Amino acid sequence: MTTRILVRWASLVAVTFALLGLGGAFAQPAPKRGGELHSLMNPEPGHLAIGLSLQVPSQVIGSKIMQSLVKYDYDFKPIPVLAESWTISPDGKTYTFKLRRNVKWHDGKPFTAKDVVFTTTELLKTHPLSRRVFARVEKTTATDDHTVVFQLKEPYAAFMTAFDPSSIPIYPAHLYEGTEYQKNPWNEKPIGTGPFKFAEWKKGSHIKLVRNDDYWKPGLPYLDAIYFHSIPDAAGRAIALEQGKVHFTSWGNIEGYDVARLKALPSLEMTTKGYEMIGVMMWLEFNYRKPPFNDVRFRKALAHAIDRKFIQQNIYYGLGKIPTGPFASVTKYYDSKVDTGWDFNPAKARQLLDEMGLKPDKDGVRLKTTLMPIAATYGEQFVRIGEYLKQALKDVGIDAPIVAVDAPTWIKRMGDWEYDLAVNFIGQYGDPELGVARTYISSNIQKGIPFNNMAGYANPKVDELFANGAVEMDEAKRAAIYREMQKVMVDDAVFVWLLEFEYPHFINKKFKNVIVNAHGNKDDFEAVHMVP
Amino acid sequence: MGRAGYILRRLLKGVIVVLAIIVLNFFLIRAAPGDPAMALAGEAGAADAEYLAKLRQDFGLDRRLHEQLAIYMWGFVTLDLGYSYKHGQPVIKLIAERLPSTILLTITAYVLSLVLGVVFGTVAALRVNSWVDTTFTVLALVFYAVPLFWLALMSILLFSVVLDWLPAVGYATVGAGHTGFAHVLDVAHHMILPTVALSLFYLAVYARLARASVLEVSRQEFVTTARAKGVDEGRIVRAHILRNAILPVISMAGFQAGHLVGGTVIVETIFAWPGIGRLAFEAALGRDYTLLLGVFFLTSALVVVFNLLTDLIYTVVDPRIEVAA
Repeated sequence: MTTRILVRWASLVAVTFALLGLGGAFAQPAPKRGGELHSLMNPEPGHLAIGLSLQVPSQVIGSKIMQSLVKYDYDFKPIPVLAESWTISPDGKTYTFKLRRNVKWHDGKPFTAKDVVFTTTELLKTHPLSRRVFARVEKTTATDDHTVVFQLKEPYAAFMTAFDPSSIPIYPAHLYEGTEYQKNPWNEKPIGTGPFKFAEWKKGSHIKLVRNDDYWKPGLPYLDAIYFHSIPDAAGRAIALEQGKVHFTSWGNIEGYDVARLKALPSLEMTTKGYEMIGVMMWLEFNYRKPPFNDVRFRKALAHAIDRKFIQQNIYYGLGKIPTGPFASVTKYYDSKVDTGWDFNPAKARQLLDEMGLKPDKDGVRLKTTLMPIAATYGEQFVRIGEYLKQALKDVGIDAPIVAVDAPTWIKRMGDWEYDLAVNFIGQYGDPELGVARTYISSNIQKGIPFNNMAGYANPKVDELFANGAVEMDEAKRAAIYREMQKVMVDDAVFVWLLEFEYPHFINKKFKNVIVNAHGNKDDFEAVHMVP
Repeated sequence: MGRAGYILRRLLKGVIVVLAIIVLNFFLIRAAPGDPAMALAGEAGAADAEYLAKLRQDFGLDRRLHEQLAIYMWGFVTLDLGYSYKHGQPVIKLIAERLPSTILLTITAYVLSLVLGVVFGTVAALRVNSWVDTTFTVLALVFYAVPLFWLALMSILLFSVVLDWLPAVGYATVGAGHTGFAHVLDVAHHMILPTVALSLFYLAVYARLARASVLEVSRQEFVTTARAKGVDEGRIVRAHILRNAILPVISMAGFQAGHLVGGTVIVETIFAWPGIGRLAFEAALGRDYTLLLGVFFLTSALVVVFNLLTDLIYTVVDPRIEVAA
């Protein structure tokens, strides 16, 4: 089995590189070195230590400097980075990574297995995502300077999908070992192995990265420098992009109402590719502890009361996909055949509410509750969603005034279960075990902790399926497990899944190879180049 | 005791006021729901109990409130404003990095609005009910009434997008590598829009205040007497009218000088100016307690200092006022 896997990956990588090479040879002249890419950081990060926090702007910048053992293509197939090859034992419990030998840190010191062991056993101990992965590792050993062996407690099918460079960046042990990580001065000027080196941070203005001339891939990267500008106002960001002063934007840098206008500009191209790894889903969440939210008829009634197409078309200006279930369409094992079938049908919603005995009073109100949308700090569109949902619910007799709060208050109240109805959104990180399970498994119902199972949803069948899916190494069997799981959760109408986000990437046409894999703007940008 | 004693007494009172403000802010910030650990978890979009516990331990948030206050105040006394949770850096360093650009912007806007406001107000008052007066009055009302954010956005639209004369955002042209005088010119070029946007409101305030004050003083009997004695009109304006009319303007200018550092959030945000206002705003959103307290300390200390300076300037302008009284 081990040999088969190796051969399969090697073939895939070889074919990919061959296709890229041939495509490049026939389609266009070879890229030339030079040029500066100007992008954005919004908001400006506190530091660039991507191993210590998950701030998105830190990850976007830090991922050009720091690297992981592998990265992933659009289908989450691993691409070798600091590891040049790997083997998985037949029992699925031992992962052996062979590391590259010619890699140097930006300060000139050699990269070795010691760095990998230190990072995965020490530095990432408190990382909010990857610590869950490494909690499954029994022992990590450097058998020589260029070999690392992870011995797992039990098979863990998501292990090879977990090495997202922004979740598991490998850190230089010689600069971090024995230090207080949060206060380490290198957090502000990281030393990595990536194609770009940290050069300058003018606080409140910009961060500058420059080409790593000693990069382990000869000839790469192409760009001389990458700048990340801090432009806090949305109008200012759009103007900078339009005027060509900024060449690349991502996430919510550009407000929805500007997308159509900018998309039409001949100097720009837009793509929604590159968010596969994060795969963000937004939903209307119920506090299951409070009746009638624990009644599936109520949840389905609300699903029919909400016009999800309206949200997609009018609040997100056509961007995003209407979910068919709990998995984002970009997440592994998503099954399009499992479909909620929730059409916009207020009459059906009223009928379901009638069946529950929630009859309207003289003012037409069936239920008084509250709705807590996502804080406006995360984007103006979340205010619009709250306004729309309030109206849609009112149309079927549910009076849900909006509870408007800022981001830390929203997180605190969600974590403390102090809400009735709420809008929530979370990244699924490629594999259901890494990003989906945390929201739905009952062992994750823990008060005071945000972004776990805050709703209090508990279904032993779903728990069992997630547990089985985590350890099942056979792809077909694993797919069957997750197919069944999606069906169960759709039947339960756990939440009203409102929208799978598709953020726009705007790229100035002077630049090529900007979005090339599932990491999107969190890729290392080693092959980005200017049009000759 | 004289002037020195007065200054010392006021400074001592000021220190007490600032300390009281810090203690009050310490509790006020913590009264807001959520804490830095929650805010960081929010930025991460992920958390678990151990992660939050580790963050709270690192930040000292697991200690009791009075212990946290005691630690902060001891740090304050030893000139240590603490460590920013979000930035992982000393607060003093963060403030020091941002302060110069805010001071550059606000002092320029302040001087511009004060000088032009007094000039326009005085000219309008001396030509009361003329077209000049009407024009200044209408413009002052418009500048006073128009929201700053709208004015800023429209100025970007006109001068950056349509005419392409001025840069829309930033402190200097990033990556241009200007040095020396070229850098000064570059910064000045970037300063024009934010400075004008920030100035217009205060310019209107000073112009209206100066106009009203000059009008009132110029109707006083001693001005009529001076004119009857045949004193030169320029001297009447400078020595008799303005000397007296300037006092309310000084009061207002002193009051606003204290708010120079804290009152620039909108302009700094729209024009991407790397200043203190934005730093404070982002600190509030991120529940970055120590950073926010550091900025609050700076702004409250400035208010105390400028109030004292205003009183001292009063004594210079109007010798009838005695500070030691």
